[in-house]
Amino acid sequence: INGPGGDMQWCFSQVKGAIDDDVAEADIISTVEFNHTGELLATGDKGGRVVIFQQEIENKSQPQFRSEYNVYSTFQSHEPEFDYLKSLEIEEKINKIRWLPQKNAAQFLLSTNDKTIKLWKISERDKRPEGYNLKEEDGRYKDPNTITSLRVPVLIPMDLMVEASPRRVFANAHTYHINSISVNSDNETYLSADDLRINLWHLEITDRSFNIVDIKPANMEELTEVITAAEFHPHQCNTFVYSSSKGTIRLCDMRASALCDKHSKLFEEPEDPSNRSFFSEIISSISDVKFSHNGRYMMTRDYLSVKIWDLNMENRPVETYQVHEYLRSKLCSLYENDCIFDKFECCWNGNDSVVMTGSYNNFFRMFDRGHRRDVTLEASRENSKPMQVLKPRKVCAGGKRKKDEISVDSLDFNKKILHTAWHPQDNIIAVATTNNLYIFQDKVN
Amino acid sequence: ITTNMECAVDAQSLISISLMKIHNSRTQRGGIKLHKNLLVSYVLRNARQVYIKEKYAEIYRMQQYEEVRTVCNEIQELNPLDLDSEDADDEDQARAACCGDETSLCHRGAAQPAVHVRAPSTLLGCCPFEDSSKESEPCEYRSCCMEASPVSHFDPFSADNIRHCNKTTVLDLDTHVVTTVENGYLHQDCCCDALQGGQGAQSPAKKRKGEFGGCVSEAEDVSDFTAARKRAKREDCSYSNPDYTETSNISNLISIFGSGFSGLLSRQADLEQICSKQALAGLGAWTRAIVAF
Repeated sequence: INGPGGDMQWCFSQVKGAIDDDVAEADIISTVEFNHTGELLATGDKGGRVVIFQQEIENKSQPQFRSEYNVYSTFQSHEPEFDYLKSLEIEEKINKIRWLPQKNAAQFLLSTNDKTIKLWKISERDKRPEGYNLKEEDGRYKDPNTITSLRVPVLIPMDLMVEASPRRVFANAHTYHINSISVNSDNETYLSADDLRINLWHLEITDRSFNIVDIKPANMEELTEVITAAEFHPHQCNTFVYSSSKGTIRLCDMRASALCDKHSKLFEEPEDPSNRSFFSEIISSISDVKFSHNGRYMMTRDYLSVKIWDLNMENRPVETYQVHEYLRSKLCSLYENDCIFDKFECCWNGNDSVVMTGSYNNFFRMFDRGHRRDVTLEASRENSKPMQVLKPRKVCAGGKRKKDEISVDSLDFNKKILHTAWHPQDNIIAVATTNNLYIFQDKVN
Repeated sequence: ITTNMECAVDAQSLISISLMKIHNSRTQRGGIKLHKNLLVSYVLRNARQVYIKEKYAEIYRMQQYEEVRTVCNEIQELNPLDLDSEDADDEDQARAACCGDETSLCHRGAAQPAVHVRAPSTLLGCCPFEDSSKESEPCEYRSCCMEASPVSHFDPFSADNIRHCNKTTVLDLDTHVVTTVENGYLHQDCCCDALQGGQGAQSPAKKRKGEFGGCVSEAEDVSDFTAARKRAKREDCSYSNPDYTETSNISNLISIFGSGFSGLLSRQADLEQICSKQALAGLGAWTRAIVAF
């Protein structure tokens, strides 16, 4: 990706969010997602808000400015709630946003917190009616006795207004915390997954859903694993996968039976016994699973690595990339400060040739599958001059630290990049630090 | 503990840290995170296994010292020239017993105090994360009740062995009382007095219950403890052992700390039970930390 002779380099484009170091908890970004054309970029935060950015159309023709995104709509998706029966507060944090493919002028997205999924319609209004017979311009009703003539109201242009309205609320279907939602390729159904169950919904129907996976044991004391992520296959509407805290992925076919407790395929790599430690179970827990765009592969992220699986081979991944292997000797400290529980996401580029994931110290990593190259880049305000080329970073695991290298002990574990997104058709990426959204694009020569 | 660890990983401190996390999760906004608590319980289990092994090794070493002293005293009473060869035989047999068959070890354990003569270095090698040969694994104390089991040779890979492992000796870490659990039911051990140096088994069941914060049945407590040891044994032998059953993992682990896994969801009640005075009474160092939460 980075290297001599015309390989891709990345440039800073924009950064969104507050500048000051004091991070308000509500501003912590919890999800980032491009829509299917890449024109819209949505973020969700801990405060339950959704902010949608839109790509500037005028700049699309100018390659070096095509990654300019501006705020398109902001709305409060979820509010904090209280479950009185269980005396539990339900966080308003947006766990996931998924866009629906566009069918008409309006845009639709699903956003979810721990318990409730909502379908939002985002529509534009750039005209308003004028010339009512019975109403004044300010909305007051006229005295009918003063009306002497009739006219037809007309639509006149107005400043663009983007409205977000909740069209559906899918509630009360999850006992445990929702970690994933995924829209089916049939554009009619979607799944939602919590720690122990996966439900299938129809986008039009809110008062019921079908339970398709249930791994809750009869006796909760026998619990050994939970569901950590789930996704529909991009093309096969009957196929979905879900990952577990034990590092396994199960592929299920909904045609096989109504309840997909029995998997069609089980993807698992045996553990390397020489790496066994107190924390083996934690670091093997899968935090994200994503199908490739072509539907032939899937990628999983565990604490230290990214793995690419061929759907036709269950016993081991076809590729494994170490994200930050130098952390393996630090697991004890990372357990103490809770960093070992961080759930990193991963994403594919448009043609499935490169995968990306985040790390600490505001570093993020890209792995070029074809050229067997990888690079570490940093999202920071220091490197945020317009079109500034990002310099590859290097972490020194041990021994003599070279110039420009950073030692493991200097890494800031509070600066973590958990959420990244890649434009579906272009080399534009969105990288979320704690409370800022960075947008980078490839360097245009 | 792998050599990869940068910090000296102390099993005991890991246990306290983990309990702290579980405790804090009860008051976290948004409710208890099932996934995180599950992962923490795995660390707890791993740390406890190491801790138990270390404790056994320590006790074993102490006992060995006692027995060596006894043997030396006995030898000094007799004519040293007459008994050299006999002693050598005894020691060879003892070593063979320790290095070989588990059940024969327990046969001797009942009768001969001299059986546990062995090099301390092998004990120190005891660790759940080593792949070393487990025939020399000294940390299993088998009650002579194991004789009744049709298993004559301990084969860690055998499913049969796991099925027949329904009687296991439990060593109370604090009172050094030895009891036997059969199919989860507790009963006094009749023939292992030699191991405990003659200590009376004074209501160990009750004591165990008190230790671990009594809101779970004592049988569950103890069987959990023994299950953990059995698990340690199986884990040591092979991590790819498909017979390795994990269903007792979380439940047994959590029950030993006085709340079922669903207890994590029900919060307050068990916490009060745990903090009862009785629970705090006869505590060992590490269990004190547990009960405090």
